[in-house]
Amino acid sequence: MDSPTRFLPRRLALGAAALSLLAASVFSQMALADVNTTGLAVTDTEVTVGQLHSATGTMAISETGSIQAERLAIEQINASGGILGRQIKIIQEDGASDWPTFAEKAKKLLVGDKVAAVFGCWTSASRKAVLPVFEKENGLLYYPTFYEGLEQSKNVIYTGQEATQQILAGLDWIAKEKGAKTFYLIGSDYIWPRTSMKIARKHIENVLGGKVVGEEYYPLGNTQFGSLINKVKLKKPDVVFTAVVGGSNVAFYKQMKAAGVTSAKQNLLTLSVTEDELLGIGGENMDGFYASMKYFQSLDNPNNKAFVEAFKAKFGKDSVIGDVTQAAYLGPWLWKAAVEKAGSFDVDKVAAASPGIELTTAPEGYVKVHDNHHLWSKTRIGQVQKDGQFKVVFESGLIEPNPFPKGYQ
Amino acid sequence: MEWLSEFGAIAAMQGFNGLSVFCVLLLMALGLAIIFGQMGVINMAHGEFLTIGAYTTYVVSVLTEQYAPFFGPYYFFLAIVLSFFIAGAIGWLAEWAMISKLYQRPLDTLLATWGLSLVMQQAFRSIFGAREVSATLPEWLMGSWNPTEAIDIPRNGLFVMGLTVLMTGMIFLMLYRSRWGLQVRATVQNRVMSRAVGINTKKVDRMTFALGCGVAGVAGAAFTTIGSTGPTAGSLYIVDTFLVVVFGGASSLLGTIASAFSIAQAQSLMEFFMSGSMAKVFTLSAVILILMLRPQGLFSIKVRK
Repeated sequence: MDSPTRFLPRRLALGAAALSLLAASVFSQMALADVNTTGLAVTDTEVTVGQLHSATGTMAISETGSIQAERLAIEQINASGGILGRQIKIIQEDGASDWPTFAEKAKKLLVGDKVAAVFGCWTSASRKAVLPVFEKENGLLYYPTFYEGLEQSKNVIYTGQEATQQILAGLDWIAKEKGAKTFYLIGSDYIWPRTSMKIARKHIENVLGGKVVGEEYYPLGNTQFGSLINKVKLKKPDVVFTAVVGGSNVAFYKQMKAAGVTSAKQNLLTLSVTEDELLGIGGENMDGFYASMKYFQSLDNPNNKAFVEAFKAKFGKDSVIGDVTQAAYLGPWLWKAAVEKAGSFDVDKVAAASPGIELTTAPEGYVKVHDNHHLWSKTRIGQVQKDGQFKVVFESGLIEPNPFPKGYQ
Repeated sequence: MEWLSEFGAIAAMQGFNGLSVFCVLLLMALGLAIIFGQMGVINMAHGEFLTIGAYTTYVVSVLTEQYAPFFGPYYFFLAIVLSFFIAGAIGWLAEWAMISKLYQRPLDTLLATWGLSLVMQQAFRSIFGAREVSATLPEWLMGSWNPTEAIDIPRNGLFVMGLTVLMTGMIFLMLYRSRWGLQVRATVQNRVMSRAVGINTKKVDRMTFALGCGVAGVAGAAFTTIGSTGPTAGSLYIVDTFLVVVFGGASSLLGTIASAFSIAQAQSLMEFFMSGSMAKVFTLSAVILILMLRPQGLFSIKVRK
């Protein structure tokens, strides 16, 4: 039984707590009741978001950069005063490169933790696995990877390029610059390369008036490309156009180099090699080949210089930044802008406020959210250098995202 | 006339490619052929022992670049030898701590070694980071050798080929021409009798397992020239490895060689005439069909049960 003497201090403490809570809400810019009507994990001083990537398993190779970039962005936002006067708190979950685990953790973040937004996923398979969860529980996902398109959801903001943005400008450039007429398409055997190559083939045949002399898919994890390389030598295409991923990527380029297929003899344009992949491949094995994407670490603008510097200061001077890492960095900033425009953390209001949001501080330059929740962005062609960086040789204008391209499906 | 000489060049390169795939398959399967074939241990962590070799090569390459750049062209040989001993030592430990407790329960070894492979993958990730790394290859291993204008023979392919011949020869000598090999084969054929005539079968097991892992380490070091080095790089090879060993007939070295040769030629030829995925489908179907007709594999030794 509580004696009165022990009861009294506790009541006092309670009163003090209530008083400080009152003070905090008076000082914060907007009252809690206004910015959060749907029971999200928002207090007067804090807003909780989720981070859902693979920190373990096969995909950790790729997703580590995204995890780091999102953390950096959130840290910078917090240092500059947070969002609507609230500091961002991160709950990180590990999808462990396993798609059902992604769905389970998404549910935990949305239902259990009531996070206001989630930054996460990398592969299309993981995104497809969490999409029904986000739509049912009405969550908000910022997805960083360039992907095959053919998707649009109220609950997802796609900060990477969809396929037509990445592919068409690249093909146009190489057709014009190198006078390329014949193409050999090579990809890993799953949805992203296959959809990308379908778009590429239509563009080559219908728009560029060129010819596809070969189209090949190899199982994920394939390590022997000798026969394929001999076929390429036999067909002598003007351009080899590739979307090979994972461990296969390294094997493919090492064996190309060993078979004497170098940039001196062969043009090659890839969709799937960023600075991250080059670490494993080695710049000397791909020297002179081209990649088509929206961001390269070597981009020469003040935003990017500051970003690269901050990233290296936090994660070590040897760290590299690939296309997806930069796209992941945009996520928290786009969310901040949308929340401030909406004046609320409510998912419906933030999603509605997102189209039209502009970011002039993006490392890639300028981006703007389209009505279809993808970003307007530029596409660049980078040429691989021996030191593992890219030299930007071409930059397109701002390209409209078009996830359901007519005539390309 | 010109297209004929070009056709000849492609045929020559394609022929070399078949041989090169054969050597890669054989080299990755040798270690497992010893462990699975001679001891009956289904070692799911075989791929991770390959990875140990790959990371050893990477570390030696980095250290060489930093402290002894003049040694650069030759570091690869040191890396291969070190890979053998490091992978072998870790194999020795694994046998001592885990496998030796499970000899009577083959299915449990399967689970235990699979668990070991997961532990090792995460260990690589914690030590070396999740991203792939690449060892700087010495100049003489890169690019191609041109006997004529139109023919490119990959130098790394030649290197892997030479190493495979060397390793196979050494293992053959050890298994069939040395006292230790005699003891191993005796233990495989009849464990109880071997013990009765004074063979220390425990010691034989441990050495056999360590040797198998060491050979895997050498393969891993060699594969840095043609493939990736990352925490899960070894798992790319594990399916093909088991395929070769089981198809060849588990306890026969000759069978492993024949099996690697036929799978490599079939795969290499079919890949040339159809797409990579379809070639794989046909290769695997053929293997399944032959194993249905001949469950013991291509070659087998008669063992008294």
